[in-house]
Amino acid sequence: MDIVVDSLTYTYPGQPGPALRDVSLEVRSGELCCLVGANGAGKSTLCCAVAGFVPHFYRGEMYGAVLVGGQDTVQSTIGELARRVGIVFQNPFDQITGATLTVFAEVAFGLENLGTPREETVARVEGALRRVGLWEVRDRSPFELSGGQQQRLAIASVLAMDPPVIVLDEATSQLDPSGTREVWQIVANLYESGKTLLVAEHKMEYVARHATKVVLMEGGRVVASGPPSEVLGRDDLEAHGVGRPPFMSVVRALREKGLWDGEVPLTLEGAAEVLRKVSGR
Amino acid sequence: MQATGIKGTAAKTTAAATARADGKSETVERAGSLDTAGIILEDVCYEYPGGVAALKGISLRISQNETVAIIGENGAGKTTLAKHLNGLLKPTSGRVFVDGVDTRGRTCAAMARLVGFVFQNPDDQLFQNQVFKEIAFGPRNLGYPADKVERLVKWAAGLVGIEGLLERHPFDLALAQRKLVAIASVVAMDTPYVILDEPTTGQDYPGTQKLATLVAKLHAAGKTVIAITHDMEFAAAHFARVIALAGGRVILDGTPNEVFSRPDELAMASVEPPQMARLGQRLGLEECVLDQEALLRALGLV
Repeated sequence: MDIVVDSLTYTYPGQPGPALRDVSLEVRSGELCCLVGANGAGKSTLCCAVAGFVPHFYRGEMYGAVLVGGQDTVQSTIGELARRVGIVFQNPFDQITGATLTVFAEVAFGLENLGTPREETVARVEGALRRVGLWEVRDRSPFELSGGQQQRLAIASVLAMDPPVIVLDEATSQLDPSGTREVWQIVANLYESGKTLLVAEHKMEYVARHATKVVLMEGGRVVASGPPSEVLGRDDLEAHGVGRPPFMSVVRALREKGLWDGEVPLTLEGAAEVLRKVSGR
Repeated sequence: MQATGIKGTAAKTTAAATARADGKSETVERAGSLDTAGIILEDVCYEYPGGVAALKGISLRISQNETVAIIGENGAGKTTLAKHLNGLLKPTSGRVFVDGVDTRGRTCAAMARLVGFVFQNPDDQLFQNQVFKEIAFGPRNLGYPADKVERLVKWAAGLVGIEGLLERHPFDLALAQRKLVAIASVVAMDTPYVILDEPTTGQDYPGTQKLATLVAKLHAAGKTVIAITHDMEFAAAHFARVIALAGGRVILDGTPNEVFSRPDELAMASVEPPQMARLGQRLGLEECVLDQEALLRALGLV
């Protein structure tokens, strides 16, 4: 299911200026598109627009259109959108309903609201909890979990609903390195299974490795979009508030010295390979 | 920089009184002699009510003006350890001394003059309706006069680069900005020890740069900075000492070079060395390299 954002300008209620300015973007079905940029660039607002929270929940003033699977989000209800788009918020505290007493019931919440039969709900909740490694804590209260576990809980509650489009707004921000790796493994598996993914992320090592498309945002606008090698290879990347992965900077340094004229790899292993060739080790 | 009356080991003893609700006052004796200066943990064990043993015998000493990064996976005991440094938690067994003061005999409020603590989640900490008031709350509570409070607020806001947000409501700000407000509100208390629990979490590239500058400036001001972090690039580049925890124990303690040259032990803590070190290890370098220049030099490419 594809996502089309067409000339979207959006202003939150009571705010003097727009959070998004004339944003156009296309994410084809099955793509893994990463949104990068400094805080305040508009990444979260764009995530919310794709999920329909902008404008349905936040209200405000919106021009342009967002289409998910060809359907206009403004014309759809939040309930209809919930079957097509799942969103994992940056802060798991914003996501947890507070209406359930156990991790299991929390993950079942969305399916119950969709009227999913009991047996199917139980099976899907179990599958989602196992996938994020929370099956063992299924009987605990969501609020007894650590920050990282809560973030994985938020992901599980979206996985259980199995929507074709999944949006993750900095979903690894509260996680430790192994938690981040686990979440990106889940994201990579979702990509393999054909989901369309829109992922806002500050950890560029993962963006470089996994994205099929990178969108660089700044001040509510799209500055650049294209394959990761092109966007993360921009000379002015840091000036737009995004740090280049150090392993890419090393290979770029070799290019500047005239020691390497090939591609800049998108993985650490690839960079090690280049260094091995150049140094003759 | 504000004078705290306490500068490194120069001051022999400083007494500070903290008013308590019952009208009594509590005094923190701050013995700054060489033997007792710094934070000393003696075989500290901590068990949470319910029986989870979070710290299993930690002994270490952090000297004044050190910069220390504490690393390790979630659940390793990092935050529990940090909460012992300001008396928020008291050891189940063992002892913690801050400049010679045994934390067991002190309230957290009394320790707050010595040790500032920034929580991981700013929303656990922020409660005022204006950023200025939020940052001013700490120094006001320490009983400082209004002009000193204002000076401290501006200094702290400047250190984390949020001077432009002083009139705003904290909850109108994005999470990463709220985090900077929480950091400034603790920095403004001008304590000799500053503990930051996962300061870079959720920060973008410019935010992380600001925090790196903050660590350097606090260090230059003579303070001891202790940060819990999951960001190994940040730990390697901006701290002189790294302590790795796993399962409630210290498994590595040394300079970034020493700690990040031990990938096998780090794997026990579910930690990967910074990217340059990983590249060097993949290429079979014996020495640990932590930045691009060092890597290229070690490979004979400079």
